[in-house]
Amino acid sequence: MPVLNINGQSVDAKADPRTPLLWVLRDTLGMTGTKYGCGIAQCGACTVHIDGVPTRSCQVPLNSVGGRKITTIEGIADGDKLNKIQQAWLELDVPQCGYCQSGMIMAATALLAAKPNPTDADIDAAMTNICRCGTYKQIREAIHAAAKA
Amino acid sequence: MTIQTTLGSTPLNRRNFLVGTAAATGGFSLAFSFPYAPAMAAEVQEINAWVVIKPDDTVVIRIARSEMGQGTLTGLAQMVVEELECDWKKVTTEYPTPGENVKRGRVWKNFSTGGSRGIRESNQYVREGGAAARLMLVAAAAAEWNVPVAECTAANSVVTHSSGKTLTYGHLASAAAKLEPPKEIPLKDPKDWKLIGKPIHRLDTMDKLTGKQMYGIDVKLPGMLTATVKACPVNGGKLKSFDAAKVEKMPGVKKVVSIDGNAVVVVADTYWNARTALAALPIEWDVGKSGSVQQSDVTAMLKDGLGATEAYIGNKVGDAAGAIAGAAKKVEATYAYPWQNHAPMEPLNAAALYTPDKLEVWCGTQNGEAALAAAAEAAELPVAKCDVYKMMLGGGFGRRGRADYVRQAVLVAKQMPGVPIKLIWSREEDMQHGSYHPTTMCKLTGGLDKDGNLVGLHMRISGQSILASLAPQSLQNGMDPATFQGMLPSGPEGTYSYNVPNLLIDHAMRNPHLTAGFWRGVNLNQNTVYMESFMDELAEAAGKDPLEFRMKLMKPKNAAALKAACDRAGYGKPLPEGHFHGIAQVMGFGSYVAGVAEVSVSKDGVLKIHKITAATDPGYAVNPWLIERQVAGSFVYGLSAALYGEITVKDGVVEQTNFDSYNVMRMDEMPEVDTVVAASGGFWGGVGEPTIAVAAASVLNGIYKATGKRVRELPLMNNELKKGA
Ligand code: FES
Ligand code: FES
Repeated sequence: MPVLNINGQSVDAKADPRTPLLWVLRDTLGMTGTKYGCGIAQCGACTVHIDGVPTRSCQVPLNSVGGRKITTIEGIADGDKLNKIQQAWLELDVPQCGYCQSGMIMAATALLAAKPNPTDADIDAAMTNICRCGTYKQIREAIHAAAKA
Repeated sequence: MTIQTTLGSTPLNRRNFLVGTAAATGGFSLAFSFPYAPAMAAEVQEINAWVVIKPDDTVVIRIARSEMGQGTLTGLAQMVVEELECDWKKVTTEYPTPGENVKRGRVWKNFSTGGSRGIRESNQYVREGGAAARLMLVAAAAAEWNVPVAECTAANSVVTHSSGKTLTYGHLASAAAKLEPPKEIPLKDPKDWKLIGKPIHRLDTMDKLTGKQMYGIDVKLPGMLTATVKACPVNGGKLKSFDAAKVEKMPGVKKVVSIDGNAVVVVADTYWNARTALAALPIEWDVGKSGSVQQSDVTAMLKDGLGATEAYIGNKVGDAAGAIAGAAKKVEATYAYPWQNHAPMEPLNAAALYTPDKLEVWCGTQNGEAALAAAAEAAELPVAKCDVYKMMLGGGFGRRGRADYVRQAVLVAKQMPGVPIKLIWSREEDMQHGSYHPTTMCKLTGGLDKDGNLVGLHMRISGQSILASLAPQSLQNGMDPATFQGMLPSGPEGTYSYNVPNLLIDHAMRNPHLTAGFWRGVNLNQNTVYMESFMDELAEAAGKDPLEFRMKLMKPKNAAALKAACDRAGYGKPLPEGHFHGIAQVMGFGSYVAGVAEVSVSKDGVLKIHKITAATDPGYAVNPWLIERQVAGSFVYGLSAALYGEITVKDGVVEQTNFDSYNVMRMDEMPEVDTVVAASGGFWGGVGEPTIAVAAASVLNGIYKATGKRVRELPLMNNELKKGA
């Protein structure tokens, strides 16, 4: 049974080794904050960090992540304290339906870690997730706000 | 606000939450707020159907409409609280269930959430709900003090007597709940509003930042199994056979069943196992007569309607044919609009638990009552033995107004009594079994006199009717009035914007085999593209500026909205080199809307949409902060469709399967959006949808100015914009 390192904890994951990490998180471990949107690496709703790199978990089989550091939306706040991106998202009321926002926040958090002061072009390049509600304008504003915070 | 970070406790808590809430409150509601203490039911005081006040002063506002991102939860709560005079910081919301609504004589009225109707249709009765509760709280205070009601006032969850003494709502709730509801419920004068009209924060943001927000797809019940479905690839076709034995031994598979004679479902322990087995399942289909339909057949069918002698008349003034025949100049153009899919971010899903005595359903739905009706019908149980617990929607856009996925979940659950089943559609299933934006073509013919005045106009729409697909019983002598959205002479939805002395707008209905549905903005989308593109074509033929040409024909409130957008955008003033403005306007969903798009097209034909300035007049603007978000968001949806949105068929089967073949706009293509909320007061219009219609139309008019190319067929990706090409 693969042992995963998720949000700083060791977790047993009983599933077929070829199962995508997305479904291991959601169905095996009950961590439903990570979302299914397309299953083919197009939408980014399933984005998690693997060793700090934003990754579309629908494309990552369980047997490839043993021993690597996985962070999900449930694990990016510091206890009760939202991270900078979450805080900016809150202040600007970024989410509409919210379904894409776990993935958006994971992508934006990784962007800010890599580039503390991203330009619009950096944002365009890093934020390729789909939002059908169309929150792109507020996402851009919130990333800039978080960078300044 | 606690944020759950410990991994192990998450599934257990959620399970308790779901099961506990439903059981402890008699299946009454699933709240948004998480966690939701089930014991609450015993202590709460329901003042009336809309307002519950707990001893700690917390106010729970009941919301009948569904939240799908549009903000109706916040907007409707603002309406109630405006009259209730409670402390906004103490407000939470919850959904009554559709079953409870039936039991209580539809005390919450309409649950349907579509057509941008949330606020414009229910503003009166939800404000009355808040006002009635306040009157009862004040009466309870007066009774406790033994003073006249007239000496008491209410504000901020406190009733104050003229002597200065006070009582809190939490203290008064239980006495107030026992009083007779007031017969007369006067409402505030709009000039006295404190909360309506204010740009305040949403009530439902926090859980969407931490992964805690529960959507239908996240529902977890003890012993639950997960199912996934494949329906006949050709809409209208049937299931012939399938070989369950081939997959029954695959990991996690519990059962393979057919439903409705047209779909197969694999039930397994997890979604991935269900999906893997379904992909391996040998299935034979009887595709039926639509199995030979090609996209060219659909085009031919629509073209035929353009010249047909028989058509339903939506708007008629004078003699259009005669005026055009006698005109100094005749202008004619034909346009086409494809099928488009909703593709809400959360794939369709529903969970159902069936026993011969009871049916419970958990799902995101835009119409709880329709979902309940569909569920009861599928279960073959009386409605009184069924209920639906509404979950947050991961987008709706019209798709979740149809209850096909709810029916499917119940049909599966019925074959496994006592076992909760969550049915999840794959994205591929969603792309290929949509309720698509109807496909139409349109021929416009106009006559100008020698001074360039429009003397006659004929708009012939040919194509698909939504009502014929979804609700044929609602057709009016065969006619679908919704087809004429934005083009009708009168009605609460909107009136045609222009005064044309001789006008004919008619529809030759042609219904190809895919199901049409309500798609954010609905028929206003294509009708605005047609009418507003043609207005620019007429203006050019008349040798006039598009704004000047329109202004002469427009009704006052339409003109005011267009002027507001043009003024803000600086229409007519110099733009950066190579940038051009296109304009469009329309009235729909009870609101007046207009847009000015600033676009450029490079030498290589690459379009850039720099900015769209939008104006909307919804009469009263309840929350401008949320309206701005609706306008910008709707432009993403509308421009995604304009740029890329196209569903096509081959051998009757939808060719697009996922976001790789059905592209949508990403962040890098997002224009700047500047929204003018030009609320003129005196009426209640919608905001979730109307403005979407001006996005594509204004961009197309801008493209023409930039390139001299008139795009008449969407999506844009099929058009070459390069100069000389
Ligand atoms: S679900 Fe993984 S990218 Fe869409
Ligand atoms: S907020 Fe709904 S999909 Fe992004």
